[in-house]
Amino acid sequence: MKINLDVDVHHLTRVEGHGNIRVSVREGEVREARWDVVETPRFFEVMLKGKHYSTAPILAARICGICSIGHCLAGLRATEAAFGVAVPEAAHKLRLLAKHGETLQSHFLHLFFLAAPDFLGLPSVLPLLESRPEVVDLARRLKAAGNRICEVVAGRATHPVSLQAGGVAAPPPRETLLGLGDELRRSLVDLGAAAELIATFKIPDFERETEFVSLKGGGEYPWIGGRLISSDGIERAENDYLAMTNEYVDARNTSKWCRLSRPSFAVGPLARFNNHHRLLHPEAARLASAFGLAAVCHNPFMSHVARLVECVHVTYEALRLLEELAQAGPVETMAPVLPRAGHGVGAVEVPRGILYHYYEYDAEGYVARADCVIPTTQNNANIHLDLPALAKRFARDGMSDAELTLLCSMLVRSYDPCISCSVH
Amino acid sequence: MKYLGIEPKRPRIAVFDFTGCEGCELQLANKEETLAEFLRAVHIVDFREISSADEGACDLALIEGAVTRADEADRLRAIRARTKVLVALGSCACFGGVNRLKNRCDPDEANREVYGDKPKETLPARAVKELVPVDLEIPGCPVSKAELERIIQHVIWEVPYKPPAYPVCLECKQRYLVCRFEHGQLCLGSITRGGCNAPCPAGGLGCWGCRGPAADPNYDEFLALARARGFGEREISERISFFGAFEVGL
Repeated sequence: MKINLDVDVHHLTRVEGHGNIRVSVREGEVREARWDVVETPRFFEVMLKGKHYSTAPILAARICGICSIGHCLAGLRATEAAFGVAVPEAAHKLRLLAKHGETLQSHFLHLFFLAAPDFLGLPSVLPLLESRPEVVDLARRLKAAGNRICEVVAGRATHPVSLQAGGVAAPPPRETLLGLGDELRRSLVDLGAAAELIATFKIPDFERETEFVSLKGGGEYPWIGGRLISSDGIERAENDYLAMTNEYVDARNTSKWCRLSRPSFAVGPLARFNNHHRLLHPEAARLASAFGLAAVCHNPFMSHVARLVECVHVTYEALRLLEELAQAGPVETMAPVLPRAGHGVGAVEVPRGILYHYYEYDAEGYVARADCVIPTTQNNANIHLDLPALAKRFARDGMSDAELTLLCSMLVRSYDPCISCSVH
Repeated sequence: MKYLGIEPKRPRIAVFDFTGCEGCELQLANKEETLAEFLRAVHIVDFREISSADEGACDLALIEGAVTRADEADRLRAIRARTKVLVALGSCACFGGVNRLKNRCDPDEANREVYGDKPKETLPARAVKELVPVDLEIPGCPVSKAELERIIQHVIWEVPYKPPAYPVCLECKQRYLVCRFEHGQLCLGSITRGGCNAPCPAGGLGCWGCRGPAADPNYDEFLALARARGFGEREISERISFFGAFEVGL
């Protein structure tokens, strides 16, 4: 066989942050296949040290411009665990609602702006403004619904303000919650149109068996806190997150890598679906089976479908929460916070997978030590090991470098990596 | 995009990201109610986060993030050399942003703490204007898309944009919000440049000063007020230094 192919992507486009792909196939053999994160190091764990507990989650949010609410919530959960604060029920529901809003805006940003162009043969979503304005309109409305939830509950879509230690500082009034419900019901119609579009995407036929890690769902599809599980049968307490992540430094990457039972594992929408598909809303489960998404799915490209399925689930969940909160009327949403020496862990399922923040506090409520483990950090090794398998599966006679480059780029994008987040 | 049959000039825009969270460039895809109009009013020629296209020269280069590595400094100088108008987008680009907090730590110790025995190259965080001349600054963490839209309108009108000289405090009062000091919170609204429409006080949080100093800020009165309300030096200094905006902004 005379199959010789080269992929050399410097600063992959349509992902958050800076990463490179290199693949070399010589005479049909994969000689090299690498995923490298080259983002500049940011040192948030060092910058968090010495910060007051009222500052730490606000600083932590700045780790990521797309999932700032998730980072803030993980920081708050770690802080509240350290101080023994019990957040009021209504505040917990509002936080979950904000998280759902973030999941919607992030998943739709990914599906329409970052991923869809590959399946439509375009460099970006921008040409659709002229050729298919109804698609841009659909994307705009669906993403807006997510951002609107964040604005109403968290005070802002990026870098939240009302999510604070103790609860939620500025709960929205009843009429705002009801109005938001009306806006969100429109998304149910739009989700049908989005499903029709995504059904036209040709998902590459590729599988590599791996381990899937997520929060453990009790009665509900899990988002905030609880035990940690892997599809290889490992289960740990939230506080025991280090045993689940096993971070290590790779000489060529500014992001760390992780491993568990195998050389790599995956987190994110596909991991959550695989571990908890039985807990999905019936409409979300119905959509999954219509798309042929069934557990345990080992095709990373099916993450796009898992994202859409989660959007349906989360929209119904947000509508339920809005209803419950509106019915409850005005209630207390802030618990008193008294700092004390201690430490705590906050594990939160953010759009790209499970996120952990660990803070150690002194008696005055200043951070003594901080540790953050990011979903993309956990996915790095899995992406890296998918690449040679993908090249082996698809490299064929007559294939151009550009074709393989597109496939490799699509593979990395299917994880929706949040690279600057991973190099926090 | 035509209105009344007239085709306006569409500024050619490129977006380049350095050290930061990419939340400011994300704002270009937010404010969805006017997103289609905004995207039609400009010509995006290079924007890695959402597009694989590179369509050549731009009128406006939007720089997001601080500079924290030698290759970033080189890349920034190369962009400056081929760009007519260079815009610092967001607090990281304008002041260094939260990245500046690391400048207070020993870089070797920080490296050891995060990367152990495999240290990574890193330099003290710098604002864009510390390396190359900047034509326009749009501060904010994140930037306000509404303000960015106003600036683009001014570019199309060929009328200079003047950022508000008044502080956030004024916009907070215009929204009939109760002063955050009355809620027992520290707030930089009286010394921070307005134009954001006070989203933080409205959301139950004092101002953190992400937009940098207002014109002619009265620091003495602010400090006297903060101390009179019982805030200590450590808390005040933590707040003032958060975005690096008051060290670099004046």
